[in-house]
Amino acid sequence: MQNWGFSVAPSRIIDLDKDDVSSYKIITDKVPSAKRCLMCGACSASCTSKEHIAFNFRKIHLMFRRGQLQNLSEELDKCMLCGKCRLVCPRGVNARAIIFNMRIILNDMTYKNIKV
Amino acid sequence: MMPYEHFVIPFLAGTFFLFAVIFFKFYSWLKTLDKKQRYFVNKNIFSFKTILAISEIVKEALIHLKIYKKNLLLGYMHMSFALGWFLLIIAGRIESSLHSGKFFNAPWMGIFFKYFATDTKDFYLKSFFTFIMDFLLLIVLTGLILALIKRFRSKILGMKKTTKHIIYDRIALTALWFIFPLRLLAESITSSIHGNGGFLTGTLGNFFSFMAVQNMELPMWWAYSLSLGIFFVFLPFSRYMHIPSEVVLIFLRQWGAQTGEQYSGYSELQINSCSRCGICIDVCQLNYAADKNNVQSVHLIRDKRYKKLTDEVVNNCLMCGRCVESCPVGLELTLIRQQLRNKKEIPGKIYYKFTDIEYEKKEGHIIYFAGCMTHLTPTIIIAMKNIFSHVGEKYWFMDEEKGICCGRPLRQQGFVQQAKNLMSKNYRIIINSGARVLLTSCPICYKSFKEEYKLDIPVYHHTEYIEKLLNEGKLKLKKRWTSVVYHDPCELGRGSQIYMAPRNILKSFVNMHTTNQEKEIALCCGGSLSNAILDLPEQIKIRDNALAELTKNEPDILVTACPLCKKSFVHGNKAVVKDIAEIVAENLITKTALSKNNVKEKIQHEIKNH
Repeated sequence: MQNWGFSVAPSRIIDLDKDDVSSYKIITDKVPSAKRCLMCGACSASCTSKEHIAFNFRKIHLMFRRGQLQNLSEELDKCMLCGKCRLVCPRGVNARAIIFNMRIILNDMTYKNIKV
Repeated sequence: MMPYEHFVIPFLAGTFFLFAVIFFKFYSWLKTLDKKQRYFVNKNIFSFKTILAISEIVKEALIHLKIYKKNLLLGYMHMSFALGWFLLIIAGRIESSLHSGKFFNAPWMGIFFKYFATDTKDFYLKSFFTFIMDFLLLIVLTGLILALIKRFRSKILGMKKTTKHIIYDRIALTALWFIFPLRLLAESITSSIHGNGGFLTGTLGNFFSFMAVQNMELPMWWAYSLSLGIFFVFLPFSRYMHIPSEVVLIFLRQWGAQTGEQYSGYSELQINSCSRCGICIDVCQLNYAADKNNVQSVHLIRDKRYKKLTDEVVNNCLMCGRCVESCPVGLELTLIRQQLRNKKEIPGKIYYKFTDIEYEKKEGHIIYFAGCMTHLTPTIIIAMKNIFSHVGEKYWFMDEEKGICCGRPLRQQGFVQQAKNLMSKNYRIIINSGARVLLTSCPICYKSFKEEYKLDIPVYHHTEYIEKLLNEGKLKLKKRWTSVVYHDPCELGRGSQIYMAPRNILKSFVNMHTTNQEKEIALCCGGSLSNAILDLPEQIKIRDNALAELTKNEPDILVTACPLCKKSFVHGNKAVVKDIAEIVAENLITKTALSKNNVKEKIQHEIKNH
């Protein structure tokens, strides 16, 4: 079976009250269509990168929305920005723009620690 | 003893300041040219190309032929200022030399000639020069009147929207507008006293003779000199910097310098060569279809020059290239925007390690690289497979299962390092396969493979491939009376200059209509990958704008050659949208069809066997 994103996640406790949604606010300001996402997973199913490795925009979007930004930067680097996700979205969400903006936000936050 | 009067000081000071600033600016830009640009400049500086550059300068920087093509009055306005003023300076210089009999004279003599040459001394071609100087001044003044009209009613000169001025522009513009009327007044008044004017200044001088002109002469010349001085001081900081920059740019361009990957002095030179004429505003679909008025190339360049650049302006662009096609200076506007999008690179970091896959050798085959987008329009892939099997082509479908993006979408968003990683992977796969031709169905991939990969095998887009098969007689198509209209994809048309291949294919078997906006000025479908900001409603506005133009004559089929354009137009529900490969594959004359010759052959064959 092809792995298109569904796997068993390790158990953890998500405290939605302590979510840091400030960075997601930036995304919804820049790409208002992000709010329309209903997490159907069409973007993940059509992805070019997922043919090679488990890469799931739906999951990333959910993590980002909850403010769980750990390891997301590396995860986002798997995206090739080909833009197929944008075309298949039934809700007209510009998923490519969301990834593009997420990358920039995360680069500013985490890449600063890397010595260049 | 040189003829001298105090009023030459503002002019002289302004000129010295201007030359000092320009020299400093050019030096700092030329110093930061990249290796490739430097190589070409050194190679071609003493060659025939220099003469070509001079002729281009005459055509574009003085006569402004490209603006004439847009609008006659607009072209005349620019020509009267550029050519008129240039000739005024040259003719004034020659006239003053003839008058003094010496080649070298005071540098202000040509500019203030009428004031100093009040004697009745006769010199060679005196009456000719008196006439020509007045005539040239008249030309410039008519241009000035047009410029005034344009300021208030720009539509008369064919411009719907023009740029707003920044403060330096306004000061320089005011000074510029005062120069020529003041020159006319100053010369007329001198002529009124000394009678040395031509048909214009002389007549006006006679008219002024009822006034106390003696008291007005010096103040007028002072005002003229001051306006010149002010214009020269503000020139390097205003949009009029394009006057010197454009000349240098044309030289560099003719010598072979190209806009590189990184922002360099050459880009800076291009930015300063923008005259902010605003021609790119009217052609931008984001402006007139989606109502985005602050992101056009002219605004990008202005914001970059005055260090006010925002992310929104840099990223909100379809990169369709319509502005590049219309720019009278020929600036590489999309490439400059791409340079400004570049993100910081992290040395040594390698992305997309997971894409390392081993492929087998496919010698003698052609590689078919469908492209990411084509996988969303499987009918194109099926059509291409039909064509392959029809002509018996040995092909290898490179990205059938595990495709890697060509890297252009990443590069256009400024992720150069990531794009290079992907490119090196694709490059290795293509070279190792030993294939003879690379064929792609996506114009984005096509441009990338053709220009950025530096492959040593030919790269075809499927329109070129089908045209080649038709010319070789390997494909035969049924004649149809269907009326079709062809949409030029941006990356294939303006991007890769392929206009005729799809048209030749369509003309050979269907009834093709033309539209008013095609080839170089074709519209964008709005689906462009270069824009990561535009939201769906705005995209739809742009798409509908293009669709309205394409379906004006109500064609049966709207044909395009790009999966992305097809995807965009299909949702418009205005016409049947097909890729050129599909319409070709549908109308193939197969060998098994019962054509007359085939039936005869078959019967003879049967008889023989019997």
